[in-house]
Amino acid sequence: MSGPADAVAAVMLGSLVLYALFGGADFGGGVWDLFAFGPRASQQRALIEQAIAPIWEANHVWLILVVVLLFTAFPAAYSAATTALHVPLTLMLLGIVARGSAFVFRQYSPPSATLRRRWGRVFAISSTVTPLFLGIVIGAITAGTVRFSDGLPVGGFVRPWLAPFPIAVGLVALALFAFLAAVYLTSEPGDVEVTEDFRRRALIAGLAVGLAAVASVITLGNAGAHFRAALFGSWWSWPLQLATALAATSAFAALWLRRYRLARVCAIAQVSLIVAGWGLAQRPYLIAPDVTLANAAAPAATLRLLLIVLGIGIVILFPCLAWLYRVFKSSRSG
Amino acid sequence: MSELLAARAQMAMSLGFHIVFAAIGMAMPLFMVIAEIRFRQTKEAEYLALARAWAKGTAVLFAVGAVSGTVLSFELGLLFPRFMKLAGPLVGMPFSLEGFAFFAEGIFLGIYLYGWDKVRPGLHVLAGVIVTLSGLASAVFVIIANAWMNAPTGFRLVDGQLTDIDPIAAMRTPFALHEALHMVLAAFMATGFAAAAIHAAARRRAPASTFHQKALAIALAVAIPATLAQPLVGHYAGQVVARHQPLKLAAMERLERTQSNAPLRIGPFEIPSGLSLLAFNRPGAVVTGLDAFPRADWPSPVVRVAWQAMVGIGTALAGLAFWALFLRLRRRAAWLDGRRFLFALILAGPLGFLAIEAGWVVTEVGRQPWVVYGVLRTADSVTPMPGLIVPCVTFTLVYLGLAAAVVAVLRHQFRSVKP
Repeated sequence: MSGPADAVAAVMLGSLVLYALFGGADFGGGVWDLFAFGPRASQQRALIEQAIAPIWEANHVWLILVVVLLFTAFPAAYSAATTALHVPLTLMLLGIVARGSAFVFRQYSPPSATLRRRWGRVFAISSTVTPLFLGIVIGAITAGTVRFSDGLPVGGFVRPWLAPFPIAVGLVALALFAFLAAVYLTSEPGDVEVTEDFRRRALIAGLAVGLAAVASVITLGNAGAHFRAALFGSWWSWPLQLATALAATSAFAALWLRRYRLARVCAIAQVSLIVAGWGLAQRPYLIAPDVTLANAAAPAATLRLLLIVLGIGIVILFPCLAWLYRVFKSSRSG
Repeated sequence: MSELLAARAQMAMSLGFHIVFAAIGMAMPLFMVIAEIRFRQTKEAEYLALARAWAKGTAVLFAVGAVSGTVLSFELGLLFPRFMKLAGPLVGMPFSLEGFAFFAEGIFLGIYLYGWDKVRPGLHVLAGVIVTLSGLASAVFVIIANAWMNAPTGFRLVDGQLTDIDPIAAMRTPFALHEALHMVLAAFMATGFAAAAIHAAARRRAPASTFHQKALAIALAVAIPATLAQPLVGHYAGQVVARHQPLKLAAMERLERTQSNAPLRIGPFEIPSGLSLLAFNRPGAVVTGLDAFPRADWPSPVVRVAWQAMVGIGTALAGLAFWALFLRLRRRAAWLDGRRFLFALILAGPLGFLAIEAGWVVTEVGRQPWVVYGVLRTADSVTPMPGLIVPCVTFTLVYLGLAAAVVAVLRHQFRSVKP
């Protein structure tokens, strides 16, 4: 790490990893609500609701943290991204609004079956759509196609992101979140058969992650050559690729053998490595190839103060978060 | 509709909804904690039922407030990217602090809502207190960001760029104190009187219910002090605005001509030198009029209408608060029995929120044509993205649906409470 801009960027990447692990899994829960079927569909849905309810609000804040850090520390990058990616960001926002509100409305609505089913539908569909657009945005800032000329995005407001690579990254995000959620749900206390349902889903989603990842590597165009070069040609490339592969296969094996607690650890490692690997390969760009950490950074006074605030905030909040998870997740069986 | 107007309309609409969700989300945890503390003291089950009911309301409002707040954190850039590019390093700092307060609120609300049987009673109350305090802190930080837009400090303006940036000086903008106090009190007033109205209506239907009496007493205990303190804060706010934003004051008072001994006009009445006295404590003080500014920069006349509405409502609610205090002194325990008083409370139910919206119009429309007062014009900060009418209409429909759903859910929750 060199300098405060890199340090803030590292915190942002860390927050993004945590958002994927916690908030992402909540979206994944919604995906499995959408794909709940069979004789135990309602039990599956109930388990998902029970698992998400106490923690999704806190989990959602990681995204807010990323955004707030982005506009405070890298205002030029925030401004460029919100201008060029107005459409996918707006669609993602609509998804976030629909997911969060439908979830509480379902919980606190009259117990009429139709009303709950309708809010449940909205919750499930928006949980599925939102990660797609989140992934598309990440894909677009990676692909090297978001560029400006005279203050306007080159190629307009749609073409730079509605392309194979960003869509593939959207699918990676969706598959990852669904995979995480299914793995977590296998270690929620519940009916053995429901656990089996989620075990099968986790295995399928794990395969989908692999396929989507391969698709994203294939579809990355020439404009993203820097990203490919960094991902496969850096000194850290092979250790990272090996570790990710190891985590993925171990997660798969653990699921196969019904070692759910181990599967959870491996899945967490796998997702963290994937997101962190993206961040390392994206460095030094925020929006490749024109917006970098250095040229978008706020003045040093802001960055320094931000780091101090982050330090204090983390010291206070992490114990609180730990308490939250201990209160609600300590009764899990392994 | 021009792109600029569509962007402004979308921002105004988003904030117009968010401010209501956030105000309730700020005040309701306080009711909930008071009810739980009363329960722990008295062991009366009705207080517990009340705490649980308000906790559910808090849960719904927090969720809706959180998602609508998320929308805003993106909309700042989606609609006004050049504003954020310029001001992010300064205005971002209070937003970052708000992020942490919001985090604390989310964590402890989870513990409060789902931890009734999982944590000890003392810790449960503590979680509720932290929810309340962090909710207030969130609001204060967001308001500080707005205060900075009204009275920007902590930088030097060189060739349209901000240099020598000092984010701490920016947060000490002269508008921070009065805006924060004014908003927090307004949230307590509006939510307090709205809750009082709901329980007053229930009490008129079922006069024997001690449950609604308890609810009313708590709601009024929050609303009355806030309502009586608000005029003082409002007066201080007016004086700060007079010093730093003469154009906004001129628009609020529709003062055409710069003059000393400026009169205060209230409807058909005119108090000689009243405005000079109120704004600067001296009857002979010169108050800047609209004529000191180019006509193109004058804020919309709606500022004056909104300003009068806000002050009028504040005065009416203060009258109601005095009535309540008078009843409390005269009738003691039976102070909440009078049918006429209960009816007045019902009528006053929506007024606080109308005043919040009106006050928001005064401060935001009154700041135009600037997004950062005197530094950056709103028109120069809008996104080049075409077709802004589409997201504007979409979000309007979404928020209308959201508001309707919130009302329906809260009505159901209210009806299912066992008094």
